[in-house]
Amino acid sequence: MLKYSIKRLLQSLLTLFIIVTVVFLLMRLLPEEGYFGASYEKLDENQREAILTNMGLRDPMHKQLIGFYKDLLNGDLGKSITFRPKVPVLDIIKDKVPYSLYFGLGAIGISLLLGVSLGIAMARNKNKFWDKLGTGYVVFIRAVPAAVYFLFLQLYVTGIFKLPMLFDIDKPKTWILPVISMSLGGIASYAMWMRRYMVDELNKDYVKLARAKGLKSKQIMVKHVFRNAFVPMAQYLPSAILFTIAGSIYIESLYSIPGMGGLLVEVIKRQDNTLVQALVLVYSSIGIVGLFLGDILMALFDPRINLQKKGGAR
Amino acid sequence: MGKGVVNKLTDSINEDLFQFAEYNEEEAKRGGYSNYSYWRSTWQVFIKNRLAVFLLTLMAVILVFTIIQPYLPNQKSPTEIHINPETRLPLANNSPSSEHWFGTNSIGQDLWSRIWNGSRTSLMIGITVGIWEAVIGITVGAMWGYIRWLDRPMTEIYNVINNIPKTIILVLMTYIMKPSLYTMIIAMGLTSWIDMARFVRNLTVIIRDREYNLASKCLGTPTRRIIAKNLLPYLVSVIMLTIALSIPQTIGYEVFLTYIGLGLPVSIPSLGNLINEGRSLMMVASQRYQLIFPSIVISIITISFYMMGNVFSDAADPKNHV
Repeated sequence: MLKYSIKRLLQSLLTLFIIVTVVFLLMRLLPEEGYFGASYEKLDENQREAILTNMGLRDPMHKQLIGFYKDLLNGDLGKSITFRPKVPVLDIIKDKVPYSLYFGLGAIGISLLLGVSLGIAMARNKNKFWDKLGTGYVVFIRAVPAAVYFLFLQLYVTGIFKLPMLFDIDKPKTWILPVISMSLGGIASYAMWMRRYMVDELNKDYVKLARAKGLKSKQIMVKHVFRNAFVPMAQYLPSAILFTIAGSIYIESLYSIPGMGGLLVEVIKRQDNTLVQALVLVYSSIGIVGLFLGDILMALFDPRINLQKKGGAR
Repeated sequence: MGKGVVNKLTDSINEDLFQFAEYNEEEAKRGGYSNYSYWRSTWQVFIKNRLAVFLLTLMAVILVFTIIQPYLPNQKSPTEIHINPETRLPLANNSPSSEHWFGTNSIGQDLWSRIWNGSRTSLMIGITVGIWEAVIGITVGAMWGYIRWLDRPMTEIYNVINNIPKTIILVLMTYIMKPSLYTMIIAMGLTSWIDMARFVRNLTVIIRDREYNLASKCLGTPTRRIIAKNLLPYLVSVIMLTIALSIPQTIGYEVFLTYIGLGLPVSIPSLGNLINEGRSLMMVASQRYQLIFPSIVISIITISFYMMGNVFSDAADPKNHV
């Protein structure tokens, strides 16, 4: 297992290197107006050149790239250039991550709890009331754009319960609605997959055997079916948890939460190269590590899964 | 020589044996023949579901309506700004009335025609990207799954493409080309096929080593034929579901892009644009209709595609055929 992990993580380093390099080059392909924002018109050609040279954008490409990797190896992600000029990228990220993390973890907790229970209830009462109600909910959440139902929730629920509309770090009441809105989508997808896998598992022979042995329906569900049905879902869990730091772009802007949501989009539009590179590095590492941890978790849940390739098997 | 013998042979031929037989269903069934046709059975199972048929009709009506709406009498232009003849000011934020069925927006444009125009734009993006995704995604995915040496490089390519933020590609595209409908379609098409390919690849890997494929291979069937005839028919139901889902997803993605400021220009109405305009007026109760009408239209479209996709994928599964 250890050998497998090391090999896989080393391979990921290469992938990561390619991703960051491609993004680095793509950012340099963007036109130079973007670096100046609104002040582009006010500057003349010489001033623009001076600013670009100052940013290091007039150096030859390979020199810029090598410089970037040298700094990266020393643990320096660089300073922001247009978003918050001269502020170290790490500081910007460090300020914003906690908000997104708390909201994200809260949302995952709620959606796991409610989504998995709903999925089990749907599978046990297949084609009956609960199943139909749950399916209706899943269809609704998947089909209506999040931007729309988030807005209606904010508007009407805050009205009904007399909650303030905007987030305030000191008022615990203002934390409730963003977390709930954020978990609605998760509840729907966990419920949907849980139902699917449970229904598939319930048709298998070992369930019949367990029934024949005289086990109670509840015991079969908890001890046998649930464990097997949860295996394919386990794979998505680590990525989901790790990605909470990326934040939710809709929710954070709706409730003015100073989190990470939308930061990447914002800095890409402002062409803040260093911040984009840093964020891409962080997010793709999270993606790769999450996938890896998911495989490990799956193997822990189900001892039959073997990640190492043996002779014979593919 | 034996002229008489030949004559004799012709005489002995029973002419009846050389007549075309009439097709008789009862007789055919006795011989174990069934006139089963995959697509016909799929269709029969599909139309048994009344909800699905209703949604299909509704979708067809909406599609036709979005196309012919501008040519109907008394329709207003979606971009024309209506002026109040008395005050000489634009008719801004007028509530729904007999003149403007869905009211007017903040600069006095007719919302009814904007919504149908926008639906046409959004449906066109959704359907084009959906079909493109299916064609490229399935072709690449099936090859990725079936041809072994392609697996390693394709997985690496997938990792790279999947981790480069789509926003960068979109921003780059809008710089290279002007922001227009085609830029949008191309930019979305550039990145969206890879998930479909991955999905098809996983399904292909599961069934590629079954015995019937090995047998086929031993008989010398070319790879192209194995993929087209042995693998893809197995995947029809799941692929149909993903295509049906990709249309509402694309429309939702367009809403998202407009939200982050990378969508179509306001001069081209789309559902994303309209929802985004409506959002900014959400806090004023009397103008909320500007968000509610486009939201209802987008929800009807997406829910219809979603439900139809589900029913169709059930129907496409031969296990459900009679």
